[in-house]
Amino acid sequence: MATVNITDGDFDARVLQSKTPVLVDFWAPWCGPCRLAEPVLEELSEAYKDKVVIAKINVDENQDNPGKYGVMSIPTTILFKGGREEGRQVGFAGKKGFEDLIKKVVN
Amino acid sequence: MENTKFFEKPQEGQPWDVAIIGSGPSAFSAAVYSTRGAASTLILGGANWGGQLMLTTDVDNYPGFPEGIQGPELVAKMRAQAERFDAEFKAEDVVSVDFSSNPFKLKTDAGEYSANAVIIGTGAGTHWLGVPGEEKLRGRGVSSCAPCDAPFFKEKRVVVVGGGDSAMEEALVLTKYATSVTIIHRRDAFRASQAMQQKVLANKKINVIWNSEVTEFVGGDKLEKVIVKDKDGKAAELPAEGAFVAIGHVPATEIFKGQVELDEKGYVKRYEKDGYKMATSKEGVFVAGDVHDFHYRQAVTAAGFGCMAGMEALKHLDKEPPNY
Repeated sequence: MATVNITDGDFDARVLQSKTPVLVDFWAPWCGPCRLAEPVLEELSEAYKDKVVIAKINVDENQDNPGKYGVMSIPTTILFKGGREEGRQVGFAGKKGFEDLIKKVVN
Repeated sequence: MENTKFFEKPQEGQPWDVAIIGSGPSAFSAAVYSTRGAASTLILGGANWGGQLMLTTDVDNYPGFPEGIQGPELVAKMRAQAERFDAEFKAEDVVSVDFSSNPFKLKTDAGEYSANAVIIGTGAGTHWLGVPGEEKLRGRGVSSCAPCDAPFFKEKRVVVVGGGDSAMEEALVLTKYATSVTIIHRRDAFRASQAMQQKVLANKKINVIWNSEVTEFVGGDKLEKVIVKDKDGKAAELPAEGAFVAIGHVPATEIFKGQVELDEKGYVKRYEKDGYKMATSKEGVFVAGDVHDFHYRQAVTAAGFGCMAGMEALKHLDKEPPNY
């Protein structure tokens, strides 16, 4: 499964009400480290398919949820399970950074 | 563009001619020279590759780009150029090195490699202030990358700590979004270039607090204020939603401790011997860029040092010291 694009409009439905844990990547096109994270997130969306959904939200076009979750630096990735934040990673810390986060909810 | 090949890559378990650790201008420039000199070249660039250029916007002082170029784009082009000559790039982080025997051994988070010559081009990272509240509020108002994070500070108050070119750049980027930008500098003059200083001092959105240091970042979930102390020790509170730290850099040399000589600040010591100019204390291990150079610290000087290290690595492989 590839990563999915989400917006402020469908954030509640696709993240907070999701039965599967969701790793949300807050990103923007002008952010260098965000671009480095992109292929890694694609790879992880395959490696953890059916276990974790990896969703991307563009913070230029969507400002409600970044504000709500206090995102003030990108990339920031937040892991949600059952509508609750289980952990976050500020900055791009490579594949391991994301996997450490995912492993909080996936064996 | 099709790759141009001047060498065969080594078989599994066999050493590379040259291994380059790093992924900024010094590393990629070294690779362009080593590959074109027909040395099989491995670049261990790290997952978070690209170095300081990834955290910049307009680069106006790199020759060849009269209109300027975006930092991330420039370093991506450098990587593409090295790969065009068939350098093998791996986005793996080196966790340890062993330079005690030949070939040299390099261990990453994903595998083990060996090489007959090594070029250290790991550069330098953010020098944080190390004051209370800084680590807790990182990503929650405290940042080291204005080009990355500035848009989150639209109509907010921000401070920038530092007095060099990077502090000036951070401040200027922030003026596009923030209501006010306050630079806090511990001296009574900036060390930034005249061009950058003039831009900053002419900008009405920017205030400067001279002769002062930040001693604490205060906030719960988000930064609320910074504590500033002047040179007489008098403390003041400055409300701010954002704080950008740009006081300098620390060399990325943790993995080289005990392998090559470092100076008291952790920079790799560069030696000139047998005609080599980019040598380290270990024969066959070369150094290039901000990891040894704390003076110029420019993309273009790093690229120049990388070129020298690449050429010298070739001399080492040919066992023909330059003897200038």
